[in-house]
Amino acid sequence: MNNTIIINIFRFVLLALAQVLIFNNLNFLGFINPMVYVIFFYWYPIKVNRAVFMLTSFFLGITIDIFSDTLALNALASITIAYLRPAIMRFCFGVNYDFQNFSFKNTTKIQRITFMALLVLIHHLIFFSFEILSIAHILLILKKVFVTSIVTLILCILFSSLFSPKTE
Amino acid sequence: MQRIINFVLRYRNAFLYAFFAFISLVMTIRSHSYHQSKFFNSSKWVTGSIYGAGSDVSSYFDLQEENSRLVQENRELRKLLFNSNGDSITTSLDSTLLQHEVLNAKLIKNSYISPRNYVTIDKGARDGVHQDMGVITTDGILGIVENVSNKFATVQSVLNTKSNINAKIKGTEYFGSLIWDAKDYTVVQLVDIPRLVPLVVGDTIVTGGMSSIFPENVPVGIIKKYDLNDSKSFYDIDVELFSDMANIKNVYLIENKNKEEIQELEARTVE
Repeated sequence: MNNTIIINIFRFVLLALAQVLIFNNLNFLGFINPMVYVIFFYWYPIKVNRAVFMLTSFFLGITIDIFSDTLALNALASITIAYLRPAIMRFCFGVNYDFQNFSFKNTTKIQRITFMALLVLIHHLIFFSFEILSIAHILLILKKVFVTSIVTLILCILFSSLFSPKTE
Repeated sequence: MQRIINFVLRYRNAFLYAFFAFISLVMTIRSHSYHQSKFFNSSKWVTGSIYGAGSDVSSYFDLQEENSRLVQENRELRKLLFNSNGDSITTSLDSTLLQHEVLNAKLIKNSYISPRNYVTIDKGARDGVHQDMGVITTDGILGIVENVSNKFATVQSVLNTKSNINAKIKGTEYFGSLIWDAKDYTVVQLVDIPRLVPLVVGDTIVTGGMSSIFPENVPVGIIKKYDLNDSKSFYDIDVELFSDMANIKNVYLIENKNKEEIQELEARTVE
């Protein structure tokens, strides 16, 4: 248990630093900055106190907000996917999720990718809608949501296969 | 009472979510209309130092390019100096007569793809930076200083939907406001130019003298496209910026020494 806490603190700091120092400066094709820190919500232990999880995600979001001067956009998107995560998991993994000994080991790759894709899509949808907050820019919002989601998803899949956690 | 407590306990996660979502929503909506938060921004010590360390590493990669750019600029300035007559040099070197003071700074965090872009620079209050100083690059304008800490400062870029800078068409006195529609980081919009003004694609836009932030005639960009707005009495002009917002390292901060006097006078006149 102690081990998981340390690993998650470590992940928190590393992902926040990687996000603000590397991924926020990518500016790929002039408008794509993948938000790779979303993988934190994928890696976070499954059966835990939800209140602690939501607090952690709020602080992760607000840390990235303070660095990138987008106050509370990342926090809003993060807390929403943290709150919705059990529902998304039930949707992706079906009844298996309700069993006590559920872990990522007994899920298929497709299920895991769907789970990650949903997390990324919901996060980006909230982030970009509230970033611009104008119906007149709806096409710009949709373009940003879909293109950035795809790039984030690809990077997240790469990261998850590179650093697959052993504690799950 | 028991039931209420049970109800709250049962939905405690939903309440927790609602609470945090409310906080973030308030901050988000505030950021659309008010100034950047004074306490949570990238000019603070922790954030500034981390960006500073990051920029220390990455600045080596484009050192050569940056050097040649500075030499190029020096060459231009020397050309101007040698071709002006002797009198103006001696008077302008008398620092008590100068209206504008110039500081230099280095960008440690650039941002140009969000709708509200702020950049962070490595000079702060202890170097004489304060709020509302104009920031320019070698080629054109960049923005206005928004928050200052001891060692760092954040700058509201022209690429910010809240930005509103006085600008005019070079050589005339027709002025309007420079705003940004968040679509393209190389193009900003100039509005409130009356329709009787003759315009040509390629005309130069410079800052106007109506604000005490930028000196007059700092280059901004050239007209890319213009159109009448919905009311058919003013132009909406797309201005292509001179500064390449994606590639900025060294910037200059301009301080208008008469600014306080101007503002005080204006405040008194309004009363």
